[in-house]
Amino acid sequence: MVVYLLNFVLFGCGVYALMTRKNIIKMVIGLSIMEYAVNLFFIFLGYKTNGQYAFPIFFSDQKISFNQMVDPLPQALILTAIVIGLATTALFVAIAIRLYEKYNTFDISRIRRLRG
Amino acid sequence: MNKNEGMSLIVKTITRLTVGLILLFGIYIVSRGHLSPGGGFAGGVIIALALVNLLLAYGTRGLKKFPLMAAEIIETIGALFFILISLFGLILFGVYFYNFLGTGRPFNLMSAGIILPANIAIALKVGAGLYGIVVALVLAKSLMEKK
Amino acid sequence: MTIFIILLLIMIVGALVATYVRDLLSAVVSLGIVGLTQSVTMLLLGAPDLAIVQLVVEILTLIILIRATISKDISARVNGPREFLVAATGIFFVLSFLLISYHGLRHISAFGHPAMRISHDYLQQGLAQTGAANIVSAIILNYRAFDTLGEATILFAAVIGVYTVLREVGRKKSDEQK
Repeated sequence: MVVYLLNFVLFGCGVYALMTRKNIIKMVIGLSIMEYAVNLFFIFLGYKTNGQYAFPIFFSDQKISFNQMVDPLPQALILTAIVIGLATTALFVAIAIRLYEKYNTFDISRIRRLRG
Repeated sequence: MNKNEGMSLIVKTITRLTVGLILLFGIYIVSRGHLSPGGGFAGGVIIALALVNLLLAYGTRGLKKFPLMAAEIIETIGALFFILISLFGLILFGVYFYNFLGTGRPFNLMSAGIILPANIAIALKVGAGLYGIVVALVLAKSLMEKK
Repeated sequence: MTIFIILLLIMIVGALVATYVRDLLSAVVSLGIVGLTQSVTMLLLGAPDLAIVQLVVEILTLIILIRATISKDISARVNGPREFLVAATGIFFVLSFLLISYHGLRHISAFGHPAMRISHDYLQQGLAQTGAANIVSAIILNYRAFDTLGEATILFAAVIGVYTVLREVGRKKSDEQK
């Protein structure tokens, strides 16, 4: 329970960075921290006690029965989510570069005009 | 730091020695995806890292060996190969994404049905796509600084 | 369980340093600390696949952030008066979010005892039905292959998006006359 709450505090740090910073690169960093926190939460949900050597892979000389293995389903879902997070971060950085070309600054309080 | 020239001589020499090993390690992780940790995604990103290493060390002049058009073509081939594997099951057996190659003996390299070809397709797609993203960003930045 | 609390505290300190420091390069390096600690945490939680992927994705994120945005010409410091109202709103939102989530977290299963209703069948029959020793690979490419198809589509869309945003041809003439 304490572990889950600390995980949400990490998510809150990411939201705080996204909300209160004026530099676009700081906003990218905040979004990245939010994605890390959410991915970590799913892995915490699937953990079984004393499971750090009970990863869900079978070997020919099997010493751990499948009753002790950790949950493989959240791992399968988050595996693709990590790579997708990288792609969206790259898209955000591409938009930031185009904004710098046009307005010559990274400060969002000076980027005022929205053209339709 | 002139962006077209890349980095210093030490970095170029070490890159020439180690980039083949990184590529080989990426292929190893992809091909043993069904036996040990790894799989298509991890191996694909490692292959992308090897190519980005070449780009960073040799500057934009080193792009002639692996231009952006080649990266786009390889990514498209990877995506089409993945869809082809899924449609094979539909045409031959009537079930989408059917595992038509059989299971084979466990703990062997050639086992587990369509998992091995699908891992290779995903590694091609992820590796070439991420390399293309970094090339586009580096080219845009060098254009931005020329103004 | 105390090892997880220590690692999470390191990540929170790293996130706060990345938010408040003024130099952009130091902020990006701090983000690297958060990502590497997360990779170690995933290894200790019994997910070696995810530790590998998180490590290499973290390295590529650092390369993109440093190479594409930071140079000697770009002014990295953003000066201006610190707004008190925005910071207070941010802290209020985070605290209310934590309070509401505490009420929700009391009803899910305790840490260390997952429910595992579907995964029990996957673990029991995975090796015999698919022939793969790595059950996570068997899930993403055999039992749940549709999700992998969706992920390939998202990656394709993101790559096309980056190419379109950064293209050369087709820009308006008013950009060149400035």
